[in-house]
Amino acid sequence: MPEESVLLDVEALPRLVGELRERGYTVIGPTVRDGAIMLAELESAADLPYGWGVETEAGRYRLRRRADNAAFAHSAGPQSVKDILHPPRARLWSADRATGSVTAGPDEPPRYAILGARPCDLAALGVLDRVFTGGAHTEPIYTARRDGAFIVAVECTEPGATCFCTSMGGGPDARDGYDLAMTELAGEHDDRFLIRAGSPAGAEVLAALPTRPAGTEVIGEARAAVARAAGAMTRSMPDEPLPDLLAAARESPHWTDVAARCLTCGNCTMVCPTCFCTTTEDVTDLTGEHAERWRRWDSCFDLDFSYLHGGSVRTSGESRYRQWISHKLGTWHDQFGSSGCVGCGRCIAWCPAGIDITAEAAALSAWRASEEEPC
Amino acid sequence: MTAPVPYRVVDRRVETADTVTLELVGEDGPAFAPGQFAMLTAYGIGEVPISLSGGGRGGRLIHTLRNVGAVTAALHGAAPGQMIGVRGPFGTTWDVDAARGHDVVIVAGGIGLAPLRPVVEAVLARRDEFGRVSVLVGARTPGDLLYPADLRRWRQRADVRTIVDRPADGWTGEVGLVTTLIPRAEADPDNTVAYLCGPEVMMRFVAEALIRRGLAGHDIHVSLERDMRCGAGWCGHCQLGPLLLCRDGPVFRYDRVEPLLRVREL
Repeated sequence: MPEESVLLDVEALPRLVGELRERGYTVIGPTVRDGAIMLAELESAADLPYGWGVETEAGRYRLRRRADNAAFAHSAGPQSVKDILHPPRARLWSADRATGSVTAGPDEPPRYAILGARPCDLAALGVLDRVFTGGAHTEPIYTARRDGAFIVAVECTEPGATCFCTSMGGGPDARDGYDLAMTELAGEHDDRFLIRAGSPAGAEVLAALPTRPAGTEVIGEARAAVARAAGAMTRSMPDEPLPDLLAAARESPHWTDVAARCLTCGNCTMVCPTCFCTTTEDVTDLTGEHAERWRRWDSCFDLDFSYLHGGSVRTSGESRYRQWISHKLGTWHDQFGSSGCVGCGRCIAWCPAGIDITAEAAALSAWRASEEEPC
Repeated sequence: MTAPVPYRVVDRRVETADTVTLELVGEDGPAFAPGQFAMLTAYGIGEVPISLSGGGRGGRLIHTLRNVGAVTAALHGAAPGQMIGVRGPFGTTWDVDAARGHDVVIVAGGIGLAPLRPVVEAVLARRDEFGRVSVLVGARTPGDLLYPADLRRWRQRADVRTIVDRPADGWTGEVGLVTTLIPRAEADPDNTVAYLCGPEVMMRFVAEALIRRGLAGHDIHVSLERDMRCGAGWCGHCQLGPLLLCRDGPVFRYDRVEPLLRVREL
């Protein structure tokens, strides 16, 4: 942990929110809603989920009361920073026949400050950056929101049972891609944050906050908490090159086994912080004088996703699950130069059938090993 | 890049019962190269990827398209004077120079002749630079054969053969699949470059027939198709295994895609 880390008391969190709002940011952070930790606009730091934790397991997510008053000691919820920077619905353009004018995109892009971005979310933003800004064409909506965003990361000190970020290199510590990074040190009677800046904009905000020096003891305590989180993770991916595994497994009989459990509902793609696929919808007003194109999230589990005139390419559940996991863990490397998985575990928790991407990868690995055994 | 640029339809030629060729003109439009595609918008209906069939310079685009869905029905019905939205150019180009000094075999199935038309024109425009040139065209019925006037013109400088699945009254030509023409194409297998476009299964059988004659997979160029929503690699729809067809294709050398095309529902 860098030496410039300083201490911020929990009482100063409202100041942090206030400083961000004063700089014109809409502050987005975790809050309790509908029985889950959701991301929403924070009017003040009082909206944070103090004292709430979560229990996750395959196909399961429950809020629970914590013994302490920690604000960020909950593992990844059903939403991620993707929801904010790559919105589920966006207008691409509108056109008017009378004037012959075509107007691109929404007006001014919103400026968001994300308070409490998890290290897996930072890793996911790195992945989305490659998808939307790394190629020949730069995607404008994400790029505008991303460029204007202020990221306050909170390092993970208490992973969920579905987490496996250590095995994907996604956490639990915040390495880069943040303006400010905090480590929460919640005791039974106090709640403090070790905080450091990762950008000039972050340093400027940090200078405006009532911080005090952190002793080496506190820094050691924070480092140990993050290290404990890394050690607490029980799930992991098979320790082998996953792109090779998925490419070798294209004709594996295991797809039939997964398909017997998979409902092809697409939940995994909705909660995944890197699943970026979209479709478009064109609409007009009743006169036909005004036309718009909207983009919305799409899922490779949807039959229409691969529709060409005459039929869909991927009709079976087998082929659609294979597409998703093969893209996520394998062909993403070919397309964008990194894995599409950051190990956040959301797809495991929010699968209504409890399908576990780490278990499926392990099953494919076991199948491949059995195929390669000499007869 | 997200908003289409309005182009005016200046000509609409009916090719077959369900296919038209549109000529579009847009002010200061970017150059499109053979093999590349445009995303064409019927305002208020939607957008589809359509390959270039001609033009490509000076803001002039020629697209042949078949009426198979809501968007293509609207584009099919576009009258001269009407505005159509254009985005692009997207994708890779036909590498015609790869065939210089070699025999050339161009094989099209149905509307697959549309993206190959600029290849034939490019080869015939520099006829001396190539060896023997064969153009093999398959269609469902005689009435589905595209560009009859072009076919007649091409015949003067290339070996053009047509074949239909189902003959009609007055058809005296060949009946069968386009693959049956492959063994008869006049080409030296060690010195031939092939360009294929048509239904995926047709391209696989034609490529296999060419490989049986001795062509190498990397000397066979194919144009592939998947659903596309953006053209720019952001929507995820056009994946074929590791490939994004809009970005890495649509034109590929066959040896790169052959293992992928063999996997069902990939």
